[in-house]
Amino acid sequence: MAIESLAGIDQILEPSAGALLRRRVFGHAGFLIGLVIILAILAVALLAPVLAPYDPYDQNLSQRLINPVWFDNGSWAHPLGTDQLGRDYLSRLIYGARISLLIGTVAATISGLIGTSLGLAAGYFGGRVDMAVTFIITTRLAMPVILVALAVVALAGGSLQVVILVLGLLLWDRFAVVTRSTTMQVRALDYVAAARATGCSTLRIVLAEILPNIMNALIVVVTLEMAQAILLEAALSFLGLGVQPPLPSWGLMVAEGKEYMFFSPWVITIPGVALFTLVLAINLLGDGVRDLTAPENRS
Amino acid sequence: MSAILEVEALDVKIPLAHGILHPVRKVSFSVARGETFCIVGESGCGKSLTSLAIMDLLPKRAQRTAGRLAFAGTDLLGLAARRMEDIRGDRMAMIFQEPMTSLNPSYTVGNQLEEAFLRHRGGKRGAARERAVFLLEKVGISAAGSRLGQYPHQLSGGLRQRVMIAMALMCGPELIIADEPTTALDVTIQAQILHLLAALQREFDMGVVLITHDLGIVARVATRVAIMYAGQIVETGTVDEIFSRPLHPYTQGLLRCIPVPGRTRRGEHLGSIPGLVPNLVGEQRGCSFRNRCPHEFAACAGSNVALKSLAPERAYRCLLSPAQCATNALEAAE
Amino acid sequence: MLAFTLKRTLVALLVAITVSIISFSLLRLSGDLAQALAGPSATAADVIAVRKAYGLDQPLAVQYLDWAGKALHGDFGDSFFFKEPVWSMIATRLPVTMTLGVCALFFALVVAIPLGVLAALRPNSWIDRLALTLSVFGQALPSFWFALMLMILFGLKLRWLPISGTGSWQHYVMPAIALGYYGMPAFMRLTRAGMMEVLASDYIRTARAKGLRTPTVLFKHALRNAIIPVVAVAAVQFGFFLGGSIVIESVFALHGVGYLGLESISRADFPVVQAIVLILASFYIVLTLVADLLNAVLDPRIRVA
Repeated sequence: MAIESLAGIDQILEPSAGALLRRRVFGHAGFLIGLVIILAILAVALLAPVLAPYDPYDQNLSQRLINPVWFDNGSWAHPLGTDQLGRDYLSRLIYGARISLLIGTVAATISGLIGTSLGLAAGYFGGRVDMAVTFIITTRLAMPVILVALAVVALAGGSLQVVILVLGLLLWDRFAVVTRSTTMQVRALDYVAAARATGCSTLRIVLAEILPNIMNALIVVVTLEMAQAILLEAALSFLGLGVQPPLPSWGLMVAEGKEYMFFSPWVITIPGVALFTLVLAINLLGDGVRDLTAPENRS
Repeated sequence: MSAILEVEALDVKIPLAHGILHPVRKVSFSVARGETFCIVGESGCGKSLTSLAIMDLLPKRAQRTAGRLAFAGTDLLGLAARRMEDIRGDRMAMIFQEPMTSLNPSYTVGNQLEEAFLRHRGGKRGAARERAVFLLEKVGISAAGSRLGQYPHQLSGGLRQRVMIAMALMCGPELIIADEPTTALDVTIQAQILHLLAALQREFDMGVVLITHDLGIVARVATRVAIMYAGQIVETGTVDEIFSRPLHPYTQGLLRCIPVPGRTRRGEHLGSIPGLVPNLVGEQRGCSFRNRCPHEFAACAGSNVALKSLAPERAYRCLLSPAQCATNALEAAE
Repeated sequence: MLAFTLKRTLVALLVAITVSIISFSLLRLSGDLAQALAGPSATAADVIAVRKAYGLDQPLAVQYLDWAGKALHGDFGDSFFFKEPVWSMIATRLPVTMTLGVCALFFALVVAIPLGVLAALRPNSWIDRLALTLSVFGQALPSFWFALMLMILFGLKLRWLPISGTGSWQHYVMPAIALGYYGMPAFMRLTRAGMMEVLASDYIRTARAKGLRTPTVLFKHALRNAIIPVVAVAAVQFGFFLGGSIVIESVFALHGVGYLGLESISRADFPVVQAIVLILASFYIVLTLVADLLNAVLDPRIRVA
C-alpha cells in the first residue's frame, strides 16, 4: 500500500546520521534543560563551602524564622530566611544538595551493581538461574519497600551510611528486570554466537559483547533509580527515620519546618521545590537519553 | 444501466516534511450496478488509496479533491461527515485485504455482524441475528448459528474473509469495493471467495469495484478493467479488449509477464518490466512510464500525457496512435 | 491451563513465605530486639529477662517456625506494646487503608484515562503536551511535600477540605490525590500509547467502514482493546498504593495500616510490623494474580490456552 511507502520516502531524503543526532540533541528541550539543571546543582554542591554564606549548622536563636528576602521584613543577610533554630536557610539548602546527590549516586550505584549482576546472570544463562533470579525479583517486589526500609533504619540507627546502604540494597529491582530482558534480546543476536564459537569465556562475552549493548537502557534506569533514591530518602527523613538532624537533608528540613508551615510556609516550600527541581531534572535527562538513543522513539 | 458510482478527476495529496506526495492523480471512472469493475496495478500505484478516498476513509493528513464524486446520484464531496457515515456500511460497503487483523479480537463475530445492521436499520437484536445467520450461510459458512458466538481468533483466514464479506452485505449495499480481498489467502480459497463474490453480485445486483494486482483474477471475474500506474489510470476497456488488444505499453508489459499455455515456449524468458516506479513527491512532468517503456521517444518527456478516448469506456494514456500500439503488441508476441 | 494456575499459586505461596522469612530475620538481626524492648534504662538482668519472656533466646529458625505456625491460623500473636491481638489491631485499621487505596486509584484513573485518550487523538497538540508535562511533573513531586502543599492550599487558605482524620468522604479527598497522583503518569502513558496503536489498526478501519459513529468507534472498539494493559497495571499499582500509604497516612493522621506500621516501628512493636509486612506482601501477590486473571477476562485471545 502506498501509505507504507511514505515512511520509506522520509528516510531516503534524510540527512546523515551524525547530523541527525546533533539536531535531535539540540532540539530535545527536555534533555538540555535536565542536563543544565543537574550540572548547576552539581556545581552548587561541589562549591558549597565557597557559595554558602554561613555554616549550615550554625544556630542563632535570636535570629529564628526570619522571612526570606522577598518579604517586607526580609533582608539580603539571609536571602532565604532562617529556620526555627536560626540557621541560614540558603546555606542549608546548598549543603543539602550534597546529601541528595551523594545519596542518589551511591545508592543507585549499589543497586545498579546488584541488579545488573542478577539481570545479566538471569538473561545470559537462562534456565534455573533465570527462575531463581525471577523468584528473587518477585520477592523483592512483593515487599512493602518503605515499611521495610523504615524498620531497618529504626533498628540499625539512622545515619547517612545506613540510609544509603538500605536504599542500595532495596532499589535494585528495575535494574534487574531491564538488564534481564535486554540481555536476553542481545544474547540471541549473531555476534554473541560468534564470540562463543571462537571460544571466548563467559565473563569476557558478558563484559565485552553484552554490556555495551544494554548500556543505553541502563543509563535510563540509573537516572530513574537515582531519582527514586532521592525521593525515598527524603520521605524516610521526613518521617524521622532517615538521615538524622542536624544534617541538612532536604526531607528533614521539610519535617522540621512542618510545625511552622501554617505561619511560615516557605520553610517547607523551599526544600520541597529544591527536591522537585532536582528530581525533575534527573527524569528529564533520563527521558532524553531514552528518546535520543532508541531507534524510532519520537513522540 | 445508470452508474452507481461516478468518479471524475479524483486527486489525493499528502503533505510530507519535504514536499507533497501525489499518489492518486486525476482518476476517473464509473461503475454500474451488475458489473464488476477491476482496478489493476502493482503495489504502490495508488489503487488502495483511490478506494479509501471514495469511501472517505483516508488518513487525516491526506487531502482529497475531485471534479465529481457521486454515489447513486448523490454528491459525496460536499457531504457532511455524519451523512457519509450513514451511507458507509449501508449502501456502500468495503472489504479489506487483511482478514486476520480486520476484525476486533475482543468481540464475537456475531456482535460485529449485528452491529452493522443495528447501526443502520435499528430495531431489535433478533432481526439482526437472523440476517447475520442468513448471510453467513450465503457466504458458505456452515453451522452459522454457532459461529456467531465465536471470536475472530477461533476462525481461519478464509473463514474470516467470508465473515468480512457477510459483514459488508448486512445492510444490502448497492456498491461493494473489495480491496485485494483474496491476496492474503491460499490459492484454493481464493477461487472460492471469487466465485462467492460473483454469485452474490448477480444475486443482489450490486456494483463491485475489485482492486487487485493479479491479472488471473481480472480475467475470471471482470466486466470492465482500468489499469493504474503511478497514480494515474493508463488504460480502460472491457476485459476482452484489455486482454486481446492491449494498447498502453504498461498493459502490454503486464500481459507479457504471464505465461500462456500453448503460446509460451519452453525455456523462454518470462517478460518483465525493467526499472522502478517513479517518486511521486512534487510535480510530475511528462509520461510517468517513460523510463521503463520500450517505445519511449523525445516527446514523452514533454508535457503530461492526457487520456485519449476511443469509445465511451475505452481509453488509454499514450502519445502513440492506436495503430502503432497494436503493431508493438504484435512485434512483442513474436 | 490448570497446571499453569497451580504453578503460579505455588510460586506465590513461596514468595509470601520468603518475604516473611526475610522480614523476620531483618527485624531480629538489625539490632538487639530485647534491648529495644527493655528500653534505654534497663539493666543487663532486665534485658535477659525480657529476652526470655519474649522467647528471643531461642534459635532464629525455631522462633520463625513458631511464629509461622501460628500465623497460618491467623494468630499473629499479641502486640508487644498493647497486649492486644495483632490481628484485631490490623483488622480495625485495614478499611481505612483500603478506602484510601481505592480512592487514590480512582483519582489516578479518572484523570489519566481521559487525558491519555485525548492525547492519543490529537498527538503533538496542546493537550498532548499538557498530558506529557503533567506526567513528567507528577513523577518528580515528593509525595509528602505535595500532601503538605495541598493541606496549606485547600485546608488552610481555601478551607474547602479537612486536613486530618477520617470523619467523612471529604477527609479522603486530599489523601487520595496525594497518594494517587504518582500512579497517574504511568496510566496516562499506557493509555495514550495503547490508543495510538489501536487506532492505527485494521479493525478500527473496518469499524469506520461500517459507518459506525465516532463515539462507538472510540469507546466500543478502540478503548476496549487499549485499556487491557492499563487494567492489569492498575491492579498491581493498587498493591503499591496499599504498601506505600505510610507517608500519606501519617501526614493526614489517617489511622490505617501504614500509620500503624510506622507507630509500631517507633515503639519497637515487632509482631505488628512483621504481620503488616506479610499482609501487605500477600495483598500485592494476590493482586498480581488478579492482574493476570483480568488480562484473560478482557482479552479473549488469551483465554483459550
